[in-house]
Amino acid sequence: MPDIKFHSFLSTFFLGSSRLDCYSDPLGWKDGFSLETSNVASSCKNVKDVHKLLSTIIELGQGLVGQGKVRFSAAIDSVSEMVRHASVSSVSGLLSNLRSHDQVSSIFWLLHSDLHEDRVTAAFEYLSTMVASVEPLNQFGNGQRSNMNTFPLLEQSFAKGKFHVRFKRRNGRVRVACEEVRVEQSDVNFTSVSSDNGMINEGLIPKVQFNLQLSEKERLDRASVVLPFEHQGNGKPIQIYDGRRSLTNTKDEMTSVSTGKSETNDSSKGEIIYFRDSEDEMPDSDEDPDYDLDI
Amino acid sequence: MEDNGGAPSNLLDDAVGALAGRFVAVEDSVETSAAFVLHHLLKRALSPLSPTVVLFVSFAHPFSHYDRILRKLGCNLAAQRDNKRFFFFDMLMWEYQDRDEEKTRGDGLVALYGEIQKLISDLPEERKNSVTIMIDDVSLMEVAAKGSTNLVLDFLHYCHTLTSELGCSLVALNHGDIYSSTERPTLILQMEYLAGILIKAEPLATGLAKDVHGQLTVLNRGDGQGSRYKLCNFHFKVKENNVEYFFPGSRS
Repeated sequence: MPDIKFHSFLSTFFLGSSRLDCYSDPLGWKDGFSLETSNVASSCKNVKDVHKLLSTIIELGQGLVGQGKVRFSAAIDSVSEMVRHASVSSVSGLLSNLRSHDQVSSIFWLLHSDLHEDRVTAAFEYLSTMVASVEPLNQFGNGQRSNMNTFPLLEQSFAKGKFHVRFKRRNGRVRVACEEVRVEQSDVNFTSVSSDNGMINEGLIPKVQFNLQLSEKERLDRASVVLPFEHQGNGKPIQIYDGRRSLTNTKDEMTSVSTGKSETNDSSKGEIIYFRDSEDEMPDSDEDPDYDLDI
Repeated sequence: MEDNGGAPSNLLDDAVGALAGRFVAVEDSVETSAAFVLHHLLKRALSPLSPTVVLFVSFAHPFSHYDRILRKLGCNLAAQRDNKRFFFFDMLMWEYQDRDEEKTRGDGLVALYGEIQKLISDLPEERKNSVTIMIDDVSLMEVAAKGSTNLVLDFLHYCHTLTSELGCSLVALNHGDIYSSTERPTLILQMEYLAGILIKAEPLATGLAKDVHGQLTVLNRGDGQGSRYKLCNFHFKVKENNVEYFFPGSRS
């Protein structure tokens, strides 16, 4: 999973050029011990008190922009941490209250969906006007956690991912977009999704130690196999391939069957008339092999 | 400062790189134990050429266990303890009581953190930023905390603040297979989120072997200052007095 951090600190509010540090001492364990900390505007020593947190954020924001018409944005890294210390409803309440505050223009927050139950993620998505999610490029078919058998995919997944965005417009319409995201040294690059279906199929085919698919050469070889009893219809006598010898070297030993046109129909000779009734089907295709049975 | 203490570097040291300011999460399973990784990093930290001080928090084994093992690796833990380079926190008998008692009794994880912080601040200046905190292991810490995952995560978080504020390094061992039946293995996922370096020990896909005891995957997320993601995978064999690391197929 791409590791896009807002900052190098966790659980920190970033208000314009102001930061509320909820990382260094979120529970007050360091009370009484003084450690040298970088010059942080403000710090929170009790993240469990959500009401206090809300008022501190607003205070800091107003401190930045004043009481007038200028508004501020808030970014939260991360809500997953907040939910460890306070209930989902109180954190949702904080976000709602912030959102409805006159001076708050927008809020961004980060949530690690794999750390929470679906209903928690859903609750926060419901609150938001835009949901941007980052997923691995290759979804593991059975939802298993990655292990060494998926090493090549693992290597890719740390620098690249799929970036899904869902916007809820004011008029009620929902717009969905999807891009490929690549995390470079100091940059994050977005490109349109490569329509490489092979990549999707890779995820669906179970990983076993034998090949479940045909290679190109195998596909060609299969197409050029002469089926027994197949009417070749090019005027030459049809040669029945009995499966034990190659077609080319034992011509004189082959039995020939008349084509039925230019040769006399000797009633003592047997004839095999074969009509292929359907096209060659790939194994495991979804078609019901008995669909054309006429019982 | 030569981080591996002047010893010839091996695949593990190359993959991990400099430890200062990093959180190393080590994951293993019953089939493939990664205790040797802990022992190796401990030996590396206590090498004569490195000024590192080690604070070892043990929920798993008494001091004598590590002393015996490190002796075989050529490191005298008892002497290092006397020289005030190795501090051992024996948490084998600790049991969580409750939140209020945590604050008042003074022997819980909050108090442990307090002791660690005090110890570090009492160190001479030149040693303050070369401290390694090791935890063996996080799953037993959770058991001792009577299943309070949040308390364990709080403790790890606070230790993590020491890495970012003071440049300490943190190494913690956890067992991945304990959480494999849990739908949402929160503790191990949280550790993976927090970790800058993730070392995972797994059995070989082909099963047991005489010459190869397992494989290590090291994910190094880079220290955010130029170095980027590095993913390494190699095999290992644990011997009596050392561990061999080699790329698959490179042993004759």
